[in-house]
Amino acid sequence: MSKNPEFVKFDKVDKSYDGKVLVVKDLQLDIAEGEFITMLGPSGSGKTTCLMMLAGFETPTHGEILLDGNIISNIPPHKRGIGMVFQNYALFPHMTVYENLAFPLRVRKVEKSEIDKKVDKALSMVSLNGFESRMPAQLSGGQQQRVAVARALVFDPAVVLMDEPLGALDKNLRESMQYEIKHIHESIGVTVVYVTHDQSEALTMSNRIAVFNDGKVQQLSDPAELYEKPVNSFVAEFIGENNTFNGEVVDIDKDKCKVKLANSEILANPISVKSKGEKTTVSLRPERALINPSDKMDNMFTGKIEEVIYHGDHTRVRLNLLGSSEFILKVPNSTSNLELKVSQDINIGWNSTDARALDPK
Amino acid sequence: MSSETKQILTTDGIPLEVSLKKAEKKNKIKAFLLVAPLLLFLIITYVFPIGEMFSRSIDDKMITNMLPKTFKEMEKWDGKELPSEDVYKAFYYDFKLLVEKQEHGKLGQRLNKEKNGFNSITKKLFRQVKRNKIDESIGIKEQIMKVHKRWRNVEYWQAIKRTAPPYTLAKYLKGMDMYYGADGSIAQVDEDRRIHRILWLRTLEIAFFVTLFCFLMGYPIAHLLATLPMKYSNLLMICVLLPFWTSLLVRTASWMILLQQQGVVNDFFVMIGLVADDSRPEMMYNKVGTYVAMTQILLPFMVLPLYSVMKTISPSLMRAGKSLGGTPFVAFWKVYFPLTIPGIGAGCLLVFILAIGYYITPALVGGASGTLISNQIAFHMKQTLDWSFASAMGLMLLTGVLVIYWIYNKLVGVDNIKLG
Repeated sequence: MSKNPEFVKFDKVDKSYDGKVLVVKDLQLDIAEGEFITMLGPSGSGKTTCLMMLAGFETPTHGEILLDGNIISNIPPHKRGIGMVFQNYALFPHMTVYENLAFPLRVRKVEKSEIDKKVDKALSMVSLNGFESRMPAQLSGGQQQRVAVARALVFDPAVVLMDEPLGALDKNLRESMQYEIKHIHESIGVTVVYVTHDQSEALTMSNRIAVFNDGKVQQLSDPAELYEKPVNSFVAEFIGENNTFNGEVVDIDKDKCKVKLANSEILANPISVKSKGEKTTVSLRPERALINPSDKMDNMFTGKIEEVIYHGDHTRVRLNLLGSSEFILKVPNSTSNLELKVSQDINIGWNSTDARALDPK
Repeated sequence: MSSETKQILTTDGIPLEVSLKKAEKKNKIKAFLLVAPLLLFLIITYVFPIGEMFSRSIDDKMITNMLPKTFKEMEKWDGKELPSEDVYKAFYYDFKLLVEKQEHGKLGQRLNKEKNGFNSITKKLFRQVKRNKIDESIGIKEQIMKVHKRWRNVEYWQAIKRTAPPYTLAKYLKGMDMYYGADGSIAQVDEDRRIHRILWLRTLEIAFFVTLFCFLMGYPIAHLLATLPMKYSNLLMICVLLPFWTSLLVRTASWMILLQQQGVVNDFFVMIGLVADDSRPEMMYNKVGTYVAMTQILLPFMVLPLYSVMKTISPSLMRAGKSLGGTPFVAFWKVYFPLTIPGIGAGCLLVFILAIGYYITPALVGGASGTLISNQIAFHMKQTLDWSFASAMGLMLLTGVLVIYWIYNKLVGVDNIKLG
């Protein structure tokens, strides 16, 4: 069975609440069947609005949303057959776990024996068998979360929406739930649209990530590409850590350009700069810059250590380099570690392919 | 392991447990002293008056104290034939004492309540005693029987005997349109004189419907209040609370202005041609007036508990209900409504209990067909001065409320009430 690459389609969708400001601008987004896609962005970037439009709680001001080829903009939420996991779980507090899970089946007039079977299956999927008669208030946060996931899946929806479902959990639980949701997705192959502002969550779970800012999708790609090859400085800044240099392109080649900073020049990979004289922001991941590199690298500079912060698995070093005192290095903690001391001078090198010259900030 | 069994001591050698208890005791005393004024206030203003009311409602000691000798002699009397000379004699001496203290009138009135006709024959007897016409040296029974033929009637002596116990439930029976018959059995009053039972039923009916109307109108308002953005909901809240800040009397009076036959509402009906000018409907001095005015006045008591409960219900629950496939109605009925039950319970109980004892509004706009039991209580307090009857009815009302509360607790559970 071939998967439909346009299972969910946002077709030129605009959304405005007050008629003055567009919170979603000309959104064009295709979601493939069985895909786990994450809408990632800062608060107010329009990602939750997109989810609400897909769920049917908001209507697009302009454009259409299609589900499996059918326009659903005018279908009320209860007829869309889309499962949803809410930010605060939204479990019905007056119903037991069983009744919560049975609710979507009962309103669909499923037979009692069939309901029992499906509820049982859904609960075993989130390993909560035996909790049927508990009330939601008697469950821990993580258990409530799992019930909410099970409830969104129990009626076999084509698409499941998750609106920052892990926001209220503590760090360890959040991480284990990330894997759990990912595994559930892999085992049943449902299409998941996930909204979060937590980039590590997005990177670990998704097939593809849509980075939202200012009502627009800034970049839509798989996690590795998003991290390694951000297409603009917002994405570079938002995903992971980032060292930036602002400057002007003085020389440009096919895969190399020379950027003039305040008092020096660096080589960079031209991504969104086309010609000489353009302003640019060069982005470099902290782990791509090495101390005393053994290989030949085309950018070699000397910086002064301003601060050393111990992080357990790695050490962060803040350097004064090329006129900026915000240059961050990540040094893995290994036995062959260098002695790093404040106000020591060290040599730093990186390849120009890793320094991406993007649009100016 | 040893630390579990070993006693922990404080630095000065006292066991920690003892010294902790000591410190806690001090705190408990302090806490008690803080609430003591309120406790005292409650006892004085609540427990004591209710106790007083109760004793007043069953008190029948007056006559017991007036005729001590008579009742002592009557203990031997079987109550079928006319009593013996001893009883007459004892009654004579008791009566003589009352005449000296000038309390014979009270006796006559009290006995008259028990059986009609006592007033006149005690007056007759009083005149005889006053003029010393009764010769104490000869048979007193004969002389008293001569005063009036009713003194020869056994029924009157039976009536006196019935008043012997210092306590009586007669007032309670009267509140239910019943009385002690001649032979001491409970009997119903004539059908055309059963006013109290009608009043009780009407009170329940009006309280029930006022509660229902308040619920039907208050629920949407409360929902609106809970879901509107802050700036509008504050304004609406003020509108709901505004009646609270106005005197009850003023509000009732304004309803009189609106509802009377030449009033604003009727004028409006005539203006839009709904009714003819000469057949304006009566909307006041009947049940309609009571319903309208009481519903308006008690509405905030329904809205506020509902609002406080609805405020806590997350809007995502309704969304969840819809996204899981429930129609808006199903989502409301299965998800939202059950969560508001604590508020409904609190609101209904509040309104019902307030309505059942409501006084001013029905008194002003109720007329003859719209008055409640409380108006009857007030009538006996102020007009007939039968305080013991008023107390009895007040206690019956209180008992009724407690019974309703008990039933409510059985059905819904008081733990489910939420006032905010």
